[in-house]
Amino acid sequence: MTQETEKPLLSVRGLALDIPLASGMLHAVRGIDFDLHRGETLCIVGESGSGKSLTSLAIMGLLDKNIRRSAERMDFNGIELTKASNRQMRTLRGDRIAMIFQEPMTSLNPAYTIGDQLIEALRLHRKVSHQVARARAIELLEKVGITAAESRLSQYPHQLSGGLRQRVVIAMALMCEPELIIADEPTTALDVTIQAQILSLLVELTREMNVAMILITHDLGVVARVADKVGVMYAGELVETGPASDVFGQPMHPYTRGLLRCIPQPGKTERGKPLGTIPGIVPSLVGEVSGCAFRTRCLHATDTCREAIPERGEAPHEFLCIYPDGALNAEGELA
Amino acid sequence: MAMQKNLDPLLEEISGPTPAQVLRKRVVGHKGLIFGLFIVFLLVLVAIFAPLLAPHSPYEQSLGNRMVEPVFMGGTWEHPLGTDHLGRDYLSRLIYGARVSLLIGLVAALISGTIGTAMGVAAGYFGGKVDAVVTFLINVRLAMPVVLVALAVVAILGGSLQVVIGVLGLLLWDRFAVVMRASTLQVRRREYVAAAQAIGASTSRVVLSEIMPNIVNNLIVIVTLEMAHAILLEATLSFLGLGVQPPTPSWGLMVSEGKNMMLFEPWLVLIPGVVLFVLVLAINLMGDGLRDVTAPDSRS
Amino acid sequence: MLPFILKRLGLALLVAFTVSFISFSLLFLSGDPASALAGETASGEDVEAIRVLYGFDRPMLVQYGEWLFQAVQGNFGESYYFKLPVSTLIADRLTVTMTLGLCGITFALLTAVPLGVAAAVRPNSIVDRVALFISVAGQAMPSFWFALILIVVFAIQLGWLPPSGASTWRHFVMPTIVLGYYAMPAIMRLTRAGMLEVLNSDYIRTARAKGAGEGRVMFKHALRNAIIPVVSLAAVQMGFMLGGSIVVESVFALHGAGYLAWESIARNDLPTVQALILIFSMFYIIFTFLADVLNAWLDPRMRSS
Repeated sequence: MTQETEKPLLSVRGLALDIPLASGMLHAVRGIDFDLHRGETLCIVGESGSGKSLTSLAIMGLLDKNIRRSAERMDFNGIELTKASNRQMRTLRGDRIAMIFQEPMTSLNPAYTIGDQLIEALRLHRKVSHQVARARAIELLEKVGITAAESRLSQYPHQLSGGLRQRVVIAMALMCEPELIIADEPTTALDVTIQAQILSLLVELTREMNVAMILITHDLGVVARVADKVGVMYAGELVETGPASDVFGQPMHPYTRGLLRCIPQPGKTERGKPLGTIPGIVPSLVGEVSGCAFRTRCLHATDTCREAIPERGEAPHEFLCIYPDGALNAEGELA
Repeated sequence: MAMQKNLDPLLEEISGPTPAQVLRKRVVGHKGLIFGLFIVFLLVLVAIFAPLLAPHSPYEQSLGNRMVEPVFMGGTWEHPLGTDHLGRDYLSRLIYGARVSLLIGLVAALISGTIGTAMGVAAGYFGGKVDAVVTFLINVRLAMPVVLVALAVVAILGGSLQVVIGVLGLLLWDRFAVVMRASTLQVRRREYVAAAQAIGASTSRVVLSEIMPNIVNNLIVIVTLEMAHAILLEATLSFLGLGVQPPTPSWGLMVSEGKNMMLFEPWLVLIPGVVLFVLVLAINLMGDGLRDVTAPDSRS
Repeated sequence: MLPFILKRLGLALLVAFTVSFISFSLLFLSGDPASALAGETASGEDVEAIRVLYGFDRPMLVQYGEWLFQAVQGNFGESYYFKLPVSTLIADRLTVTMTLGLCGITFALLTAVPLGVAAAVRPNSIVDRVALFISVAGQAMPSFWFALILIVVFAIQLGWLPPSGASTWRHFVMPTIVLGYYAMPAIMRLTRAGMLEVLNSDYIRTARAKGAGEGRVMFKHALRNAIIPVVSLAAVQMGFMLGGSIVVESVFALHGAGYLAWESIARNDLPTVQALILIFSMFYIIFTFLADVLNAWLDPRMRSS
């Protein structure tokens, strides 16, 4: 899928998000760089609070008013999002960039029917008649695998199960044939059996329609299955980015390696031996943040890690660690 | 080694201020609460020390000195707030009026608080039929027009301080019952209640030592707000001539008496009204403030 | 939805029945209604005559049954003072009170809802602070005093509005404001709180992510959900306002049902007082019943269950 020569659909450089708190400035997200090409799936992984959702909302321009956004560049297909007016952002949202949220139980308006909400999504951006929009809604409901699509239109969200609702949300995101879909943990709130179905559906549809997707998740199993590119987020930074095969095959950042050790792998993980854990807790990002944010939990950290960490590695596989080799060796000893 | 030093910022996070410090900070930072507390405290002092503070007797008439204007309208310091239509010193009547308002407000709120809390806690704790009956009684009570019923009962029984207090006390329990029922429902699902029941604590013990301490915050807030409500209602009844009877100095009655002279001496109406407004405002601010500081999420 | 309506109707009837019993019992609060009616100067024979005339010699429950049987048919007996059927007396006066109540609740809603929405959209802004101030002041304002102040300013000083009476729409301006302001703070607070909660919900974020403009997000998506509890509150407030009309009507000398209640209480005209308490309660019961039904209809989750 990756077409490195082509101009990326979305190119982000130096995205930072600051939240003023009573106790000081919270530097929630720092120095985010990534490129996403048409039809590509980028998975952003990281634990809760690492800034994944904030990053996605920042691209959508849907951050709370108190959050300060700054970026060198946020180029979406030639449109500079950092300079776009509210009006411009509104015409992009739902039309060319769509978003799928985590909670299907609450992300649909309880007061309106499924049909109302699907039709609204199209008619906000296209001058089409109610009938045309309705036909499109039925078409998409069928596409996301909902049976008796026509009768579903007059139902209210509370009458559908969580899995069905998330299918509706996906259909809604696809109404205007967007170029980019941002899916923020779209399956986390669902039953395990439903999770797989919804995820396959999402991946299938984005491939079929050649839609680029940013999939935010904390589930590495999901990432391994669907990602073209992976971005690992820790404490507000993308500590490692690269093609999925590289990141999984040759993880360079100690955090990525730690994460990978936390999931059992058939054949590799020994029975009876505890799974890996990463000791410690995420540091506070209030006030001055310098050096490697992972150093408080890293076994290989030294005083040098308190200083600014330059980006290492060669594009497309980059990471933020000055001791990838040392860490690698140390780990070798451990293993 | 490096790790130890690096952990410092984390330790700071963990050793925050104690709950008492947080509460103190919130109280001091809440302007409405501070204002409310200050005014209420002041008026309680005025009510307690009324005989020392009042320059004259609130009952002593002086027909030669009727409707003397207050000092800010050209009157003298002999009667700082002037005199009423019977020549009684207005300031002294206001000061004694604080006693009437606060007494009625407090006692009525305590009576209705006892009734409403008993009903609400019983409904929330036992649920089922008890809850159904209590909910029904709350509905009945809310359907009855308060002012009308209070006026009718006071008219039948005769207006006196005791009757007014009794009537208001028996009428204003609805909000206590509603809030205490909801709070009890919330608390009784917690594990420590189940734990107390599991070790065989008696119902009264569970209610008194596990439930009550956890809903008393809400109770205090409602006592405050209902006290303000009772004070307003007493003033209304007295204004309509069917509450506290003359010559008792009640602010509502003073407004009513001043009403006939309103065209020429609007201050007769203005002064007791402002005092009543400020007292009720202060009590309400105190109640809202207490709710804010004890349940910080109620007003984001 | 039908089972819900039927259940709710049953409750309303039961409440109405209980209220009717309480209003009737008020008559016996004084101990002996006959001697209360005859007055302090009446002789023992006169009291006995009245007792027989009004049927007070029968057991209380029999009297209640008779009264309720008549009341259900719209017959509340004869006024002791006016010597007219109570129903005629009240019917004449009710128009004024209903007009006042409707004007009052309309005024309250038209001011409270926009203010509550504006306050919720920008929490802690100037608008929010002003709204908070208005609501806090409104809750502490004695209605009778506010009414008198309005009369002093707008009728006496400025001469814009008539101080009392009910003959033209201008007579209703000040009473509407006083009664409306009484109901406004609670409605405003609930609108604000509801909007704040709804604006933080996921479906509002979804609406924004779809590309809906702020106006559409506020009114189509947020207010539609936040208004549901406000409907119930408005009904409750409307019921309270009719009960509160007694204060406003007596200050502005509006000859409505509230004024009649005040007169009748002062004159010990118990049949009229009983009837008025019952009628005001019935209005409350009917309003809250209608509001619950409307609520169930507005909320799809309740409509289909």
